[in-house]
Amino acid sequence: MTQDTAHKTDAIIIGAGPVGLFAVFELGLLDMKAHLVDILDKPGGQCAELYPEKPIYDIPAYPIITGQELTDRLMEQIEPFGPVFHLQQMAESLEKMDNGHWKLTTDDKITIEAPVIIIAAGGGSFMPKKPNIKNLEDFEGTSVFYSVKQMEKFRGKNLLIAGGGDSALDWTLNLQPLAQSLSLVHRRDEFRAAPDSVNKMRGLVEDRKMDLHVGDIKELHGENGKLSRVVVQKRGEEPYAVECDTLLAFYGLTMKLGPIANFGLNLHENLIPVDTEKFETSEAGIFAIGDINHYPGKLKLILSGFHEAALMAQQAFRYVHPDKKLRFQYTTSSTDLQNKLGVNDKDEAA
Amino acid sequence: MKIIVTDQSGETHELEAIEGWRVMEIIKDYGLPIKAECGGACCCATCHVYVDEDWQDKLYPPTDEEIDMLDEAMDIEDNSRLSCQILMSEDLDGLKLTLAESACP
Repeated sequence: MTQDTAHKTDAIIIGAGPVGLFAVFELGLLDMKAHLVDILDKPGGQCAELYPEKPIYDIPAYPIITGQELTDRLMEQIEPFGPVFHLQQMAESLEKMDNGHWKLTTDDKITIEAPVIIIAAGGGSFMPKKPNIKNLEDFEGTSVFYSVKQMEKFRGKNLLIAGGGDSALDWTLNLQPLAQSLSLVHRRDEFRAAPDSVNKMRGLVEDRKMDLHVGDIKELHGENGKLSRVVVQKRGEEPYAVECDTLLAFYGLTMKLGPIANFGLNLHENLIPVDTEKFETSEAGIFAIGDINHYPGKLKLILSGFHEAALMAQQAFRYVHPDKKLRFQYTTSSTDLQNKLGVNDKDEAA
Repeated sequence: MKIIVTDQSGETHELEAIEGWRVMEIIKDYGLPIKAECGGACCCATCHVYVDEDWQDKLYPPTDEEIDMLDEAMDIEDNSRLSCQILMSEDLDGLKLTLAESACP
């Protein structure tokens, strides 16, 4: 194991949504460092992925704030605590070590050890939506993909890209020069992707550098996981075959609980029951805060998650610093807290 | 006011509807299987429903934003709508719809 992939810290936060981000702040005030793991390529969770431009009206002191602004302000607020982000990583497994600490392993085999785990995973991991095609699984991972990690993998392929959003259009434009042939298939002849990308794509179609198919993918054909053609059908018209060896499908993301279900925690309808004093799960040292937890009277509000983060941190302190005494302090008056936040530097220099 | 909702298993339910509420919220509040993961922001397609033929013309037509978002639902039909974009009013008393498979949590 190299140093780059093995980490140790005070607290591991699974999920970098607003509640996970604010947990960094509450932990930081109590001298606990945090690493965050998130499957998305950016912090912010649902706020950044689902509704970055949508206004939120129930954040205290912000009469109106968008999902992206809230994320940006939280990132600014936690900056003094130097959180470490492991993005595009799915928290895959969790094991208890002999010293009582936890070891989390991601799908890219990054490991992080810490005395405390905080699950702030909201509605679960964002995973690709899949089309309803019965033999889809036979081709997944060999000929059918839902993301591009290395463009080179698609060089010289006869590529079919499915979808009408920015992912589908961006990858169409990026991979067209590399691919042997490229076709785009979308349900209708209108696209929700950025107009500039759509115009470029239409230009390539006019120049006969790629094909555009309007319709849905109905069937996949091939052998041993190797795709040879797909059947496309426009509603009310005859189906026809499109030759291709690789399919990239971009139908958006949806949230699923994922491997957290196998962490050995008690679950209640895909939510994690916690107490309302410490927001600790059925395992000591593992906490659940935000939309993913459940307790009597639970409200799925960002505001509730912030409160839960503050109380969680009090108990987390007892695991991370068992020999230290916990003192409750206010950021308005405590020089100690203000030093941690880096807001006293000017006064000291003066 | 009522709406009549057939769930994914084919069972039909009569739900008390409230003026001004989004149909998605009424279905969710009643406890039927609807994911509605973005919470009514027209940012996912997990509150996808099929509107009964007799009622299609009584609804406001979908916005471009709703039509775009429906691209993310896999089981689209001509009567597909996102239930978070249907606002309950007196005119819709008795509205009949069916929950799509893709709305299942």
